[in-house]
Amino acid sequence: MPWTKIILDKSAALSKLTEGGLRAATYCEALCEAQAQLLETDDAVFLLGEGLDEPGGVFGSIAGLSERFGNRRVLDSPLAENGMTGIAVGAAMVGMRPIFIHMRMDFLPMCMDQIVNHAAKWNYMTGGRTNVPLVIRSIIGRGWGSAAQHSQGLHGFFAQVPGLKVVLPSTPYDAKGLLIAAVRDGNPVMFIEHRWLYANTGFVPAEMYEVPLGQGVVRRKGRDITVVALSHMVWAAIRAAEILATEGIDVEVIDPRTVRPLDAGLICESVARTGRLVIADVASPSGGCSAEIAACVAESEAVRTLKAPLRRVGFAETPTPCSPVLEAAFYPDHTHIADAVRACMQA
Amino acid sequence: MYAIAPATQLELFWMMLFIRRFEEKICEVYGAQDMKTPVHLCIGQEAIAAGVCAHLDRADHLTTTHRGHGHCLAKGMDPYRLYAEFYGRTEGCCHGKGGSMHPADPELGISGTSAIVGGGIPTAVGAALASFLRREKRVSVVFFGDGASEEGVFHESLNFAALKKLPVVFVCENNFYATGSPLSSRQPHPEIWRHAAGYGIPGLAADGNDVLAVYASAAGAVARARAGEGPTLLEYTTYRWKGHVGPDCDCARGVRPLAELEAWQERCPVAGFLKKLLEAGLVTQAQYDARLAEMDARLDADLAKAKAAPYPEPHALHADVYHQRS
Repeated sequence: MPWTKIILDKSAALSKLTEGGLRAATYCEALCEAQAQLLETDDAVFLLGEGLDEPGGVFGSIAGLSERFGNRRVLDSPLAENGMTGIAVGAAMVGMRPIFIHMRMDFLPMCMDQIVNHAAKWNYMTGGRTNVPLVIRSIIGRGWGSAAQHSQGLHGFFAQVPGLKVVLPSTPYDAKGLLIAAVRDGNPVMFIEHRWLYANTGFVPAEMYEVPLGQGVVRRKGRDITVVALSHMVWAAIRAAEILATEGIDVEVIDPRTVRPLDAGLICESVARTGRLVIADVASPSGGCSAEIAACVAESEAVRTLKAPLRRVGFAETPTPCSPVLEAAFYPDHTHIADAVRACMQA
Repeated sequence: MYAIAPATQLELFWMMLFIRRFEEKICEVYGAQDMKTPVHLCIGQEAIAAGVCAHLDRADHLTTTHRGHGHCLAKGMDPYRLYAEFYGRTEGCCHGKGGSMHPADPELGISGTSAIVGGGIPTAVGAALASFLRREKRVSVVFFGDGASEEGVFHESLNFAALKKLPVVFVCENNFYATGSPLSSRQPHPEIWRHAAGYGIPGLAADGNDVLAVYASAAGAVARARAGEGPTLLEYTTYRWKGHVGPDCDCARGVRPLAELEAWQERCPVAGFLKKLLEAGLVTQAQYDARLAEMDARLDADLAKAKAAPYPEPHALHADVYHQRS
């Protein structure tokens, strides 16, 4: 299916899409188009964030929107993350649909009070009388010595909180479809992007469409082992699967797309078939989403089919370092996933 | 001098009295330990709720705090829905999910109440931003205590509201204590209204135990917001008669000096204004007695009905974690 397919090589992706008469766009362009169409079609939608007025704003993901929609729809924000989150929440509580944008996910801990104590709680505390249709976009950075405060994957924090939804799109198609679904969902949605996905190309329809929150997708069918991968690691998993195929190992790659709610059924069904599991996340494993995925398998009947202990691939259990040598040691890539798969196959 | 019509003065008085009696009824029943919610009572501070909310329309937004019963009543909330909420019943304003600290009534512009100090301040600014973006004339009023003025969100909210000239009125109820911690040990300059100058907006202080002073000073701030001229910071000095939480006074525990409480009780906003109204002949003792009896009868009936109302079914625990898209 063109809307679930990942073609790693950009020129191969482009020629394949052209061949099939399908429209190609990057992840970044898909995000931008989704926001433009949301602004066009719903007066309640507005964008808010630091640096939205800058040319080429937010790594290009809102390019031209400020000029096109003006400063009542695209609002540059003071540097006041928690207060501005509260303001976005307050506007959402009375029916607006703000998209609050953070260029770096690392600035979200400054907004924890308004996200965790307020946005996540209003619908419940008011007995369902006041909902919060708020989307918070943020981007996980990586590389070029970005170091400890510009490269964290903190989705695990948010996935722990009832009342929030947590989305990590990995493809251009999902970036657009999940963002539109998130804005229309009516709940506070943490929409977590990855900077290294921005240039990736895939099929993106021109019209508005939704990818439902809470539904994972099988990115690659396989018989021997299930790799559940999140965000940027989905692409690493596909690369690992292509290498492993030459070794005779048939890898199934699952992309949950949202981690709260998590599509446990899709994951467990796959594990029940393959009997082996590797989980690859864009965060340190301990206490995070990969732990939750492991737990949901352990709590299901699928655990009885495991032929080997599951393995997890993630960031080192350290803050992100700067030096390129240390950075290379910190980050996992497709080789780590392939190694984990081989270890599971031999166990 | 701002002339306040006699009928308005009476309305202000009856609202203060209503809030006072609403809170005193809670004190009467709280010892039974079946109202299982931490109550933060506003006895002694009623003039601010009555004086400010008298300027608001039904559609205007109101954001309050954990000490918010008075504000909700002054905005028009049904006391029965509040009492039922405090008793954890389905007919409560939040169906038993919120309790005393989180009352809501979106139809009255009370979209939700935060018990995190300062937490509701940006919420109110967000509602004002919505009014601004929709080009509506709805005003947003937010009540908070002196402690909240130390929080970052207070300053972040003032800054953004001033920047965009949003229709919001910031109302600080300065009762000089954050739980048991006195203002003097927390802030170098205890005049909270002066923060307004840093953001280039009007700031003013008035006696929060004088309902006419509150009413008169809030009039300009609400009118200014409604006219699209931007926010105002109002500070009203007052004193809470009860402890931070619960129906008891914390003076017995040495949290605050008893002499200080007694001095403020001499300046009771309700009794002081009643005396003036009686002297001015705007109300007679008989009229007062009759109205008081009527209020008490209503509140007693609401309280009894709330206590007898059904509890939620246990499975309601799982309802409303998420909004269900229609």
